[in-house]
Amino acid sequence: MNGADAIIKCLEAEDVDIVFGYPGVAICPFYNSILESSIRSILIRTEQNAAHAASGLARVTGKVGVCAVTSGPGATNLLTGIATAFADSIPLVCITGQVNSALIGSDVFQEADVTGAAESFVKYSYLVKDASEIPRIFKEAFHIASTGRKGPVLIDVPIDIQNAPVADFTYPQEVNLRTYKPTVKGHAVQIKKVIQELEKAKRPILCVGGGVLLSDAQKELREFSERYQIPVVSTMMGISVMPTKHPMYFGMVGNNGKPYANRAMNESDLLIMTGARVADRAVSQPDLITENKVLIHIDVDPAEIGKNVGPTIPLVGDIKHIFRDMAKQTLTCEHDDWIETLQGYRETMEPARHPDPNYVDPAAFIRLLSEKMKDSAIYVADVGQNQIWSCAHHVVKKGRFLTSGGMGTMGYSIPAAMGAKLGAPNKQVVAVCGDGSFQMSMMELATMRQHNIPVKIVVLKNNYLGMVREYQHYTYADNYSVVDLTGSPDLEKLAGAYGLPFIRLTDMNGAETAINRFLKEDTSMLMECIIDPMDLVK
Amino acid sequence: MNKKVFQLIVDNTSGVLSRISGLFARRGYNIESITAGVTADPRFTRITIVASGDDEILDQIEKQVEKLVDVRDIRELKPENSVYRELALIKVRAGASQRDSVIGVTDIFRAKIIDVCTESLTIELTGNQAKIEAFLNLLDGYEILELARTGIAGLGRGIEDVVYIED
Repeated sequence: MNGADAIIKCLEAEDVDIVFGYPGVAICPFYNSILESSIRSILIRTEQNAAHAASGLARVTGKVGVCAVTSGPGATNLLTGIATAFADSIPLVCITGQVNSALIGSDVFQEADVTGAAESFVKYSYLVKDASEIPRIFKEAFHIASTGRKGPVLIDVPIDIQNAPVADFTYPQEVNLRTYKPTVKGHAVQIKKVIQELEKAKRPILCVGGGVLLSDAQKELREFSERYQIPVVSTMMGISVMPTKHPMYFGMVGNNGKPYANRAMNESDLLIMTGARVADRAVSQPDLITENKVLIHIDVDPAEIGKNVGPTIPLVGDIKHIFRDMAKQTLTCEHDDWIETLQGYRETMEPARHPDPNYVDPAAFIRLLSEKMKDSAIYVADVGQNQIWSCAHHVVKKGRFLTSGGMGTMGYSIPAAMGAKLGAPNKQVVAVCGDGSFQMSMMELATMRQHNIPVKIVVLKNNYLGMVREYQHYTYADNYSVVDLTGSPDLEKLAGAYGLPFIRLTDMNGAETAINRFLKEDTSMLMECIIDPMDLVK
Repeated sequence: MNKKVFQLIVDNTSGVLSRISGLFARRGYNIESITAGVTADPRFTRITIVASGDDEILDQIEKQVEKLVDVRDIRELKPENSVYRELALIKVRAGASQRDSVIGVTDIFRAKIIDVCTESLTIELTGNQAKIEAFLNLLDGYEILELARTGIAGLGRGIEDVVYIED
């Protein structure tokens, strides 16, 4: 057995069944050993997308996503994907090949200091110096990636270490990391305090973020909200914690959110931030949310509490554990008047749109699409105007909503949707992107075809980098600079070239028929919607 | 702006200093001095960091450093129950005529002359930062050729705050 065989054994012990990646000389021992294993390798078409695909898989399965690429350019291409996962706290183990140990630091062919380059956006990283350390390092890496505040862990493995003999392989039963002990259980005294505040509150609100989904605590959260009549709003990463039509759900907050969600948050007298960072997109003026209200901040990462907003009542721990413990407390409260007020806001404050009937209206299209999608379907939104329309109009039933929230990485949706489909083969998976973001990942159509990954792709086409154009519209008085996408390929021909069925929709007439055809069978399909180039998200 | 002295016990792994200093750099925290050295147990390194910022930033520094996987312990060394020392090596231009007066100042501060040449004296001084500043002020009239300061190292007083690392 050599180091590469040992790595594969570690992945098997961690119940990994898919590795996304791209080989090169420095990772070839790994890709040679993986042939002996039942682990499936997916050849992605550019390394960044290996991390996005692993991220999509991790988010729908709750497991750690794994990718493996070569040294130098392979590793540096992967960085954006790692940073994207880090920003959204997605658990990944990223394996990079590295040049021979003896040559490290001498700038040889395809050498890059990837552990150094990735330092600020990995949870931890390893450079393996001895093949006998492989079992311990992988055990630790999977543990670190998937516990506490989750995130990507990078393991850089020189080629000589992959080839070195490993005398006896034993995978450790447990990790021995005394410096790393994330808090799981919430402090009983703090939970008491939260309950006391809830008893006093007349206008409480829960603001849920991506942390709730990472903790798989949707059910606990929903039950808590229902039982104690506490309305819920969400951040972008918190979409799909609550079904959109749930009576206690009042939409996404933030500068791209629903006006009634922001109003609900501002008028509350008790705000419980749960698994949310209070970052600039969700709360543009953090000072305001502590005015005239008590703020409780629940997060697994103590450093998030007080980072962007304070003072607060902190409650550190795993959200699922905390809400289970809170459900055991005796508490009586009713907030009928408050909920009625919020329902009034929801009915009257939905922003009106005035779409041009000569185009597909993205809002109406997304509403219709999500209505026709299966209840458990996974919707993956890309970045740009399409993301904001998706957040505002996609109706979550029982499924999931995935997007790159923290980093806002264009091109995320197609590889993430592939990862999601491989992780949940029985679920319908739809990626919605713009024509800019589509072109950042369109090479993955080949991956979908090669590995038979039936993902549905919608391209909202306006021939512009719409979100930037919108910014230039407001900020530079329509002085457009470098946002025109002229030269984009004919998507029908492109779909044909990849052997994909294709539908083009030019206005809302026939939208229903087109969507029915698009969703009918569990096969890949590309749908192009021609939207108004001058349309705005606000 | 407030100033705090933090004591860290970290795993003595390669790259640990870069992880800590990188954290300060990318989050824009001010670091006034950092010293590191292996502890009595060679598996661990003790780091003393002097950082400045408002209270929220100092609080964030503590939390973000604590989060690093290699960090076993971080705590503030409060001035009232800690000792701080810094070492300074000062090379002063001093010919035969100035030598006596420099030696005079050096004696008063209980500093040591550790190198003498015809044109210069090198002085070793240990103390807290205030003492070193005061000494440098007294040397105002002389030409300081080179100055090397280590930044402070610190320990808590007594045995109450000793960090025991269990195996």
